[in-house]
Amino acid sequence: MLIAILSLTLLGSLLGLGLGVAAKKFHVEGDPLTAEIEALMPGSNCGQCGFPGCPGAAAAIADGSAPVTVCPPGGKALAQALAAKLGISIDLGEVADQGPQIAAVAEEICIGCCRCIKVCPTDAILGAAKQIHNVIREACTGCGNCIDRCPTEAMTMQPVPVTLQHWIWPKPEMVGA
Amino acid sequence: MTTYLLLLISTALVNNVVLVKFLGLCPFMGVSKNMDSALGMGLATTFVITLACGASWMLEHWLLEPFDLVYLRILTFILVIAATVQFVEMVVKKSAPALYQALGIYLPLITTNCAVLGLALLTVQEKMSFIDTLVYGFGSALGFTLVMLMFAGLRERLALANVPAAFSGAPVSFILASLLSLAFMGFAGLNFQ
Amino acid sequence: MGILDRFFKSHGPDWGVHPDDHKRPAADAPLRTLPVPEKLYIPMQQHVGGPARPVVLVGQAVLKGQLLAEAQGNISAPIHAPTSGRVVAIGEITAPHPSGLAQLAITLASDGNDTWGERQPVVDPFSLSPAEIAKRTAAAGVVGLGGATFPSAVKFNLGKRLKVSTLIVNGGECEPYLSSDDCLMRYRASEVVDGLRIIMHAIGAGDALVGIEENKPEAIAAMKLAAEPFGNVRICPVPARYPMGSDKQLIQTLTGKEVPADARAAEVGVLVHNVSTCAAVHRALRLGEPLIERIVTVNGGAVATPGNVFAPLGARVADLLGFTGLTQEPARLILGGPMMGTLLPHATIPIVKGASGILAFDAREARVPEAGACIRCGSCTRACPMGLLPLEMANHIRAGDLEGALRYELSDCIACGCCAYVCPAHIPLVQYFSHAKGELSARERSKLRNAATRRLVEQRLARLERETREKAAAAAKRKAERDAAKARAAGTSVTEASP
Repeated sequence: MLIAILSLTLLGSLLGLGLGVAAKKFHVEGDPLTAEIEALMPGSNCGQCGFPGCPGAAAAIADGSAPVTVCPPGGKALAQALAAKLGISIDLGEVADQGPQIAAVAEEICIGCCRCIKVCPTDAILGAAKQIHNVIREACTGCGNCIDRCPTEAMTMQPVPVTLQHWIWPKPEMVGA
Repeated sequence: MTTYLLLLISTALVNNVVLVKFLGLCPFMGVSKNMDSALGMGLATTFVITLACGASWMLEHWLLEPFDLVYLRILTFILVIAATVQFVEMVVKKSAPALYQALGIYLPLITTNCAVLGLALLTVQEKMSFIDTLVYGFGSALGFTLVMLMFAGLRERLALANVPAAFSGAPVSFILASLLSLAFMGFAGLNFQ
Repeated sequence: MGILDRFFKSHGPDWGVHPDDHKRPAADAPLRTLPVPEKLYIPMQQHVGGPARPVVLVGQAVLKGQLLAEAQGNISAPIHAPTSGRVVAIGEITAPHPSGLAQLAITLASDGNDTWGERQPVVDPFSLSPAEIAKRTAAAGVVGLGGATFPSAVKFNLGKRLKVSTLIVNGGECEPYLSSDDCLMRYRASEVVDGLRIIMHAIGAGDALVGIEENKPEAIAAMKLAAEPFGNVRICPVPARYPMGSDKQLIQTLTGKEVPADARAAEVGVLVHNVSTCAAVHRALRLGEPLIERIVTVNGGAVATPGNVFAPLGARVADLLGFTGLTQEPARLILGGPMMGTLLPHATIPIVKGASGILAFDAREARVPEAGACIRCGSCTRACPMGLLPLEMANHIRAGDLEGALRYELSDCIACGCCAYVCPAHIPLVQYFSHAKGELSARERSKLRNAATRRLVEQRLARLERETREKAAAAAKRKAERDAAKARAAGTSVTEASP
């Protein structure tokens, strides 16, 4: 009996000691994965994902609590890059690339208050005090920060129009299934 | 030398741990979606099995038998296996964070992989010598890795196939696994006389 | 070359397909000219690259050949008025594009006089520098008329830079039903030969090979006659095999050189231009006429008098079909050839620079068999002129694995349609590939966009930091001034108080 207790105790402590040493030796400073993911993110801290900025989202993706498809401005390209980094497979068809994506100013009600300009993470809104503002479409990430700031509701999110240059052949219907 | 070679072939193919003994089916179905993570899983398990078999032999012959503690066998073996897996987990996290992420929950679950404990118990029961034990463990683990890779490769092809909706995903994978198992039964006819 | 090849020497190339060509009787019918319709609809994007920007106003009177829209960007082409008249609208019309989306177009009401504006013909184009020829070709809005509609002048400059030794002139016209290039070579062989010699001068090529499929003996004879005086222009009949009219296949057949994947033809020392492009270059230089009209094949089971029609750009499909007559309501309208052409939603779509033909199919020709499951026969693999594995690529694309398809060299696919043509299961393979290519380029764009966004964010953060710094500096300066003023005030008050 005593021998059983003693031997198990000894075994446990020896293994524990060994693991403790190994933990010291193989200690990982921070989480390299989080840093790598954060480098891939757009970095605009727009908050569309529901996390506090891109570092928050990167941490959530790294520990698996958020899917790689969490970032709307990043779209399919980012989801794909993240999936490749994490070695997981995703169905890109599920990534919502459509929907309201670009902010637009209704010129007849814009009063030129400049409030939206201050919150735009990519400086995509052009304008000056008492001048009608306008959105530079190429720079807008569709984060929607400006919508709530507008006192006259002149800011709206518009779906990105499909143009000849951006049109894609639809995938053929599945056959034989 | 021939004995060891025969032992290797026998454990890897004829008595394959997954497809003939039906041990370790959890990672076999779980981590076989792509070749990379299947290989990672196979290598990690190989390391754990070989180490665990060696350590079990030492425990059995130097601790449990001399002090008449054979009733503690499973307890001590699990302890050793768990410690080995923890060690592997640290190494993988340090050296290959992407693999660590890809293996996910299956990495700590090597602890409860019945192939690991099963092989350790089998080697002890068969009263093998230390070297035999190591070769037996390593061979079985090689068989595990081989089958993981084969199955992952097949599943990669399967992902492209036009599978009827009711069968797509897990069901067709199970059918595939059973066919693979049938194929491995053919190794029972191997004769080196 | 193996022993088997010695015994069983294949006749002609071992790739591609040989569909029933349906070129006659349309090819043998005399060339007709379409009377200028009352209204012309001129799209702003008739070429690869940036759309042209209109430089005329609604209500403005224009003369034939006058500039309507200027090129925008490096790869673009200007657009000219096909006849004289008045601009009545600048707005969106349905584009000749598979999507059926709208695009910007100028609507021109003809005044019926067809009065030419100012033209600047060159008597001796060979006295001009290559750069000047390229400039004039660009100004005339000449683009590749084989179907790719790549601005020709850009290709001239590329050829000049990469030291091209041989000009290859593409008279293959391998698409079934089409005979517009055939017709051009029969009636205007001298224009083609003159144009190709001007191009040779522009790119510095020493000789020219004209590849014409063997199923056009009249065109070959006419071209041989026209090219006779010029020793360095050779007319080479090539086997009739689809897609012989594709750059890489024609180059390989004529020179034996294989263009590497991801490389341009110019990198193996050749440059390919279509025969129609040559004729357009001839007109641009010798007559000073911009590209405003072309030969269009009108063919198909529903057409009463199939044949080739010389039509101004901007004439609608309906105008052409009205001119040739219809025997029945067409079951399907196609712009271009049946293999690679564009399905048209209706007949109110205008003719553009790249429109080599209009096909009005009857119900029998338009029949689309229902797609079945792949039986792994491998016919597509044998037919693929690029040596790809279409069934593997389509499998990967169907499973959503576009990278997998890229590993099978999806990027080398020329979308010729051979695989879909031979597929016994009628799987729409080309649509899979077009879908995947579009999806991949969309991802590429979004990657670029993400990089641009990150740059913008960084610039904004730098700006904010600079502003705070400047504000702090300004505040510190003001404070210092205030302190100095206060000290001075105190000083003066002290000095004032002292006496």
